[in-house]
Amino acid sequence: MVTTFKAQVQNLHFYYGTVEALKNISISIQEKKVTAMIGPSGCGKTTLLRCFNRMHDLYPGNRYEGEITLYPEGKNILDPKVDPIELRMRIGMVFQKPNPFPKSIYENVAYGLRVRGITQKSIIGEKVEESLRYAALWDEVKDRLYHLASNLSGGQQQRLCIARTLAIDPEIILFDEPTSALDPTATQKIEELMETLKEKYTIITVTHNMQQAARVSDYTAFFYLGELIEFDKTENIFTNPKVKKTEEYITGRFG
Amino acid sequence: MSLAALVRRNKQYDFWFSVISIMCVLFSLLALTTLLLDLALEGIPRLSLNFLISFPSRFADKAGILSAWVGTFWVMFITAFISIPLGILSGLYLEEYAPKNKLTQFIEINISNLSAVPSIIFGLMALGIFVHSLHLGQSLLTAGLTLSLLILPIIIVATREAVRAIPTSIREASYALGATQWQTVKHHILPYSFGGIATGVIIALSRAIGETAPLITVGALTFIAFLPHSFMDPFTVLPIQLFNWISRPQAEFHVNAAGAGVILLTLTLLMNAVAIIIRYRVRKKITW
Repeated sequence: MVTTFKAQVQNLHFYYGTVEALKNISISIQEKKVTAMIGPSGCGKTTLLRCFNRMHDLYPGNRYEGEITLYPEGKNILDPKVDPIELRMRIGMVFQKPNPFPKSIYENVAYGLRVRGITQKSIIGEKVEESLRYAALWDEVKDRLYHLASNLSGGQQQRLCIARTLAIDPEIILFDEPTSALDPTATQKIEELMETLKEKYTIITVTHNMQQAARVSDYTAFFYLGELIEFDKTENIFTNPKVKKTEEYITGRFG
Repeated sequence: MSLAALVRRNKQYDFWFSVISIMCVLFSLLALTTLLLDLALEGIPRLSLNFLISFPSRFADKAGILSAWVGTFWVMFITAFISIPLGILSGLYLEEYAPKNKLTQFIEINISNLSAVPSIIFGLMALGIFVHSLHLGQSLLTAGLTLSLLILPIIIVATREAVRAIPTSIREASYALGATQWQTVKHHILPYSFGGIATGVIIALSRAIGETAPLITVGALTFIAFLPHSFMDPFTVLPIQLFNWISRPQAEFHVNAAGAGVILLTLTLLMNAVAIIIRYRVRKKITW
């Protein structure tokens, strides 16, 4: 099976002020695969995720060291010369808690296009429908596109947020514990969705839920206290971990 | 003592506490109603078209509030024109753009302090700066500028609070889609904080409309028998006209004062009602 790298993290250190939250991380992200990042709270998995779209740039005092190379062009996206806004147009993100804008369902999905200066109604309308269909939400909302997004259930809101990200045709989608605020049924829908999404997109997901990592991911990285402990194919991590710490975590001996 | 007796005794405190609370509420309501009723009973019969379109006069029955309400209108117009953009943009800058450091903290504390400064102090300062240094005269413009300064802190604080109420997750959602800071402010921050800002602005203006002391300090006149032609003309406003009439010995002028009071009160209550409606409607629409 031929796989290509979509992104490569090399010797990445990340600092919140003087606190080193990520210590010398190197990890490769395969194209059109799901890479899961697991580990106990405070292990740095979300911190790493937010490096990929330079979300840390929004807050003062944060500092990156090392490189994240984005392919195909092979550019280091942590380079200060790379505009994080341009980067975020290529890398989508779905957050822990559904965070739709207090606007209509339609406007939520259309927002990424508006940011890109697209104003033509036919193009926007088409893209909104396509994205909602792809996010498996279209049938539930097609009759109420102009209703407020806040009227949707939590699971629907999260799928709306996924549709909102899909509308901008991202190359990578970052999921930050996307199901931690959802009930099991809604969680299942999101997981099935990730399964289809990886046909077109590269997915990196952070999860607290090890079963979820085992179910949805192709590769799993285990983090502990800011360090990457083990990174391998998901089946290897869960059936035959090489590091004792990984085994202890996945068998529930700490967490 | 049996448990039942104990509970019965404890419950007596419940009873007496509610009685005292109700009395306090009744007392406040009673005082307020008496004031309003007194004003309304005396003032409403005085209201007529002539009262609205007449200039003040030596004769109480011929006197009206034309120059006063026109003055109030223009002063409020200038005040709103200056304070709304200044206040909203300052608040937005401080909350959304300014780095969080000692300097901005210092500015923040002082803005809160400013809103507690007695209004007559603003009048004194305005007299020194606008009237004496900048030679703007005892004009509508001076009055508008003075009241703008007075309510600026209220608008800034209201803006900051409204902006702060927007969750970080909404900002991050916008940035994550590739929005710039200005796009985030224009498409999200401003629309979502509009209700809070509008409410703050209206409350601030309804405070300005009743202000008397700073305007007397900068030299508002009490007897104006013409309408202003420019912002540099002298002026009077409703509360000053009211104050002038009530300080006269003749009872007929007191009735005029009550009439002007009813108008002023109605304006203030109307503005507050609009603020409440806006807040209610926005709250219904914007949920996180």
